[in-house]
Amino acid sequence: MPAERESRLGDVILRVEDLHKRYGKDEVLKGVTFELRRGETKVVIGPSGTGKSTLLRCINQLSVPDKGRVWLEDVEITHARTNINHVRAQIGFVFQDFNLFNHLNALQNVSIGLLKVRKMPKEAALARASEELARVGLAEKACSYPAELSGGQKQRVSIARALAMDPKLILFDEPTSALDPELIGEVLEVMIQLARGGMTMIVVSHEMGFARAVADRIIFMEGGGILEEGTPAELFTCPRCERTGQFLRKITELYGETDGQ
Amino acid sequence: MSFFEFTGTVMPRFLGAVGVTLELTAVGIGAGLVLGLLLALMRVYANRVLSAIANVYIQFMRGTPLVIQVLVIYFGLPPYFKAMGLKPLSSLAAGCLAMALNSAAYQAEYIRGAIQAISSGQMQAARSMGMTKTQAVRYVILPQALRIVLPSWSNELIYTLLYSSTVYFIGLEELSYASMKVASKTGRVFESYIIAGVMYLAMVILLSRILAYAETRLRIPGLSIEERGR
Repeated sequence: MPAERESRLGDVILRVEDLHKRYGKDEVLKGVTFELRRGETKVVIGPSGTGKSTLLRCINQLSVPDKGRVWLEDVEITHARTNINHVRAQIGFVFQDFNLFNHLNALQNVSIGLLKVRKMPKEAALARASEELARVGLAEKACSYPAELSGGQKQRVSIARALAMDPKLILFDEPTSALDPELIGEVLEVMIQLARGGMTMIVVSHEMGFARAVADRIIFMEGGGILEEGTPAELFTCPRCERTGQFLRKITELYGETDGQ
Repeated sequence: MSFFEFTGTVMPRFLGAVGVTLELTAVGIGAGLVLGLLLALMRVYANRVLSAIANVYIQFMRGTPLVIQVLVIYFGLPPYFKAMGLKPLSSLAAGCLAMALNSAAYQAEYIRGAIQAISSGQMQAARSMGMTKTQAVRYVILPQALRIVLPSWSNELIYTLLYSSTVYFIGLEELSYASMKVASKTGRVFESYIIAGVMYLAMVILLSRILAYAETRLRIPGLSIEERGR
């Protein structure tokens, strides 16, 4: 299976090189380097406070790294001359706490990027937004406002919001960590569909079942750096670092093996 | 003359004065909103220099009485206007200007508070989909902030209406000034002030109703807590 997965991956779409980020005295990222290939699902795991979220935020420059470079295809995102808004429109971002726009209903949340960023005509934008809502199974919630949705529904709307922009890749920042356990499944299911459908994504998550099921590669981060990267089989069965195995055993004990199936 | 006959005779003068009061309020709150919004955005989003300028302005306007501001604008500025070859302001224009400049400072603080009450995730989500900062403020932050600000803004509207009486210091005949004039001319002091008071009250009730209606219309479904415990 891993071999089969590897074979469907394309060329390198995202390159992260020696990323450093410091908040005050804390050096959160201490030189992170990796590559992401088209169609790849990369799951980033590791203890909290190791810079996983910061890494995602540095990729689309929500946090500006102190050092290091990031390329999306042949565009250097970190270059001062690069139009960051143009780059961000091609990179979806799904937040732990959803961050849906509270004053807009589900359909408007999904269409606003098409209208204001892509400057798409209203009709087309709404049609596209409806499609994406249907894709995450929320067609009938188009007119509901975020405050009227459950956590799982909110996260699915926010995934639809990212999908609508037709992104080259999507960054997921602990997308199920703020959800009640019984709502995690519906979100993971959508993400599994995306991964199997060939979407390129980086997922920061503690969902080991998800990682095992769909990750092409798993990155284990600790203390601001990448300790180990490999296929799920490599990491789960014979991790190179003792620390990785230790963490995996602990996290599996804690969270179980839910994979949304 | 009965109270009603008295009311009838003085009504035209009072109604004219109500017109002036409403004009002062409308310009004060309207122009004040535009300037206040600008000041609030400067405070929150602009660079240090512009933010400091806005801050100084707000501190200054909130730290001095409206009366002084009205007097400075009407009596204090004309010599400088003359020196620049400009015509001095009419008392109505000076009154409106003072009301607007003053109200802007208060409105700026209300709006700033509302903007800062919105979770930073909203801005991040907007920026992460490729919106510019301006787009994010316009399409995501302000629509929410202005809803939050509405209740305190209602207060500001009522204050502006009631404090518009301050312009009587520059001889502008709004409702308070008219009632004072009528009281001293006719000697029917109590009735004159009661009539003015009732007219203020009527305006305040009407405006509160309109704003309460606006609040319901603009309410975001699911966000307000309607259940009342004991």
